[in-house]
Amino acid sequence: MQSVHIVSAYDEELKFLSRKIAAMGGQAERMVDQAIAALVNADPALGQRVIQDDALLDEAEREIDDKAILIIARRQPMATDLREIIGAIRISADLERVGDLGKNIAKRVSVVAEGRQPSSLFRGLEALAELALTQLKEVLDVYASRSVDRIGFVRDRDEQIDAMYTSLFRELLTYMMEDPRNITPCTHLLFVAKNIERIGDHATNIAETIYYIVTGEQMPPERPKEDKSHRVTLTGDA
Amino acid sequence: MAETSTQTRARRTVRLTAGRLHQNRWMLMAAIVAVLAVHFFGVTSGRFTAAIILLLVLFALVAPRTQASRRLAEVAARTERSPLDRLSGEKLAAAVADPLIIFDRDGAVVHANEAAVAAFGVVRPDLPLLLKFRAPEMQALIEGVLGGQSGSLSVEYVERVPFERVYRVAASAVGRGTGLYVLAFKDQSEARRIDRMRADFIANASHELRTPLASIAGFVETLRGPARNDPNAREQFLQIMQNQTGRMARLIDDLLSLSRLEMKAYVKPGVKVDLRQTIEAVIASLSPLATETGVTIEREFEEGEFEVHGDRDELFQVFQNLLENGCKYGQSGGRVIVSMHRSTEAGEPEIEVTVRDFGPGIPAEHIPRVTERFYRVDVETSRAQKGTGLGLSIVKHILSRHNGRLSIKSEIGKGSAFTVHLPAR
Repeated sequence: MQSVHIVSAYDEELKFLSRKIAAMGGQAERMVDQAIAALVNADPALGQRVIQDDALLDEAEREIDDKAILIIARRQPMATDLREIIGAIRISADLERVGDLGKNIAKRVSVVAEGRQPSSLFRGLEALAELALTQLKEVLDVYASRSVDRIGFVRDRDEQIDAMYTSLFRELLTYMMEDPRNITPCTHLLFVAKNIERIGDHATNIAETIYYIVTGEQMPPERPKEDKSHRVTLTGDA
Repeated sequence: MAETSTQTRARRTVRLTAGRLHQNRWMLMAAIVAVLAVHFFGVTSGRFTAAIILLLVLFALVAPRTQASRRLAEVAARTERSPLDRLSGEKLAAAVADPLIIFDRDGAVVHANEAAVAAFGVVRPDLPLLLKFRAPEMQALIEGVLGGQSGSLSVEYVERVPFERVYRVAASAVGRGTGLYVLAFKDQSEARRIDRMRADFIANASHELRTPLASIAGFVETLRGPARNDPNAREQFLQIMQNQTGRMARLIDDLLSLSRLEMKAYVKPGVKVDLRQTIEAVIASLSPLATETGVTIEREFEEGEFEVHGDRDELFQVFQNLLENGCKYGQSGGRVIVSMHRSTEAGEPEIEVTVRDFGPGIPAEHIPRVTERFYRVDVETSRAQKGTGLGLSIVKHILSRHNGRLSIKSEIGKGSAFTVHLPAR
């Protein structure tokens, strides 16, 4: 990216890829955000819009794939360029999945909206979605700035998301046991929570891809230090 | 004296003549070349040619320069323009309070002013703008202005995380043909937050306020009806009613301080606060509660200075809420330990303040969620302890304003530890 090629069209093509990824990222962030808003405010119309927007992401992914294959065939890229292109293919696939998950959340809006659910349920989901969206945003910011040195936050937050998800899961089960009429909406909300948790995972994947693009090495597999984990859970030493 | 004035006059005449010659040089040269050409074709004699050239030079010497009024106007224009000429775009951007980002034809950042860095984090030069602002409407805006759409375009841009901010963004080209463009952000978050707050208040608080109101209404009814002539019951009911109104008042206080904090979520507080002194003050103010609940508060402070940047009242509230919780919910443990030490574990130097109780502890599944508003681990205990469900939410808000964080460890049956991490100065 930073390097300059003799053929300036090559630079243009690489720039096009990263711009397209950013646009996809923005679209995916928007979809998830709106899907959650639709769910919390019981707004099926907004949900419908999210479902329609998914086509844009699919289209963008195909476009990136085509372009990437063309570049590889035409320019025979090496080193950073090659990683950049392969990375773009992988990130676009992850973002497309994020879009699908957002769409899936949006699809459940009308069912959940039928009976008014206790607001505390949504509060938990909102907090979970906020974590996942922050994760996605920061990862995409790193894609823009290429400053991978502080990418450790990603795993840190992923743990927070997992802990929050576990807690929500428990809460939803309690509601179902209290009253069988809650089972339908709560099951849908359970899937919504799972989808959000998956969005966090995709964001982590993207972070790993970015790390690979920039450094040429896989992200170190070891877990972060104790300092990070205790913020999240749980029954360690008190 | 007279000599000097003659000298200056002579000098001025020389300068004037030179100036006239300079100004008319092109016409003069052209005329001379023409005369010489005529001479070479042998039409005129040498002496005649020389005379004509001399005549031309003399004419150039006396020909009037540009009119004085025009000259004055030019000078005036020069002095008028110069303060702005010397002003660099960077300084101008720095003087603007709203975020401002200048970018070039390729959409790469040229300069971001201080407000922009504060709002969007580090925006280094050369960063492609389209990668930083990914929201679809921002993409359309930037592409529109780069694509040469004239006039200034503007959209509404919402940044959802880490806290909600709403901007009106205008994009326009700088001057003509400079190849530079500018994005100007206007913060409109406050209006949005007020809106949000109202909706939130109706959703959450009305429910919380309803419960005590219902019980007060019930007791009033009983007092006017069946218990009209029963002095014992009356006393008891009035006591309950007083407790309930107290609870409503506390709830409203907490809600107000929480919404105040949310309103100014990103105004970074900036006075030096001595934590040791603050915590001592908190302990002193809570000693009646500690005596009442039978809890002793112990201190384990490391030696040295503990200073952070922040707002003293807000930090006071953080430790007050934590210690109050420790005394109330850790009552069975009989003691609460406040410890303070420095740490560099997370990379940056930090000050860690831990409030540890030896009560029943918090079940693991609740820990990630205790900072949510109105989230209660155990509704009954919380009500009995006059909790509002907002204490830790307030703590979290204050800490995020101070670039700090809260970590919680707990073990069932052994107690909980709430640790405040604040960046050390």
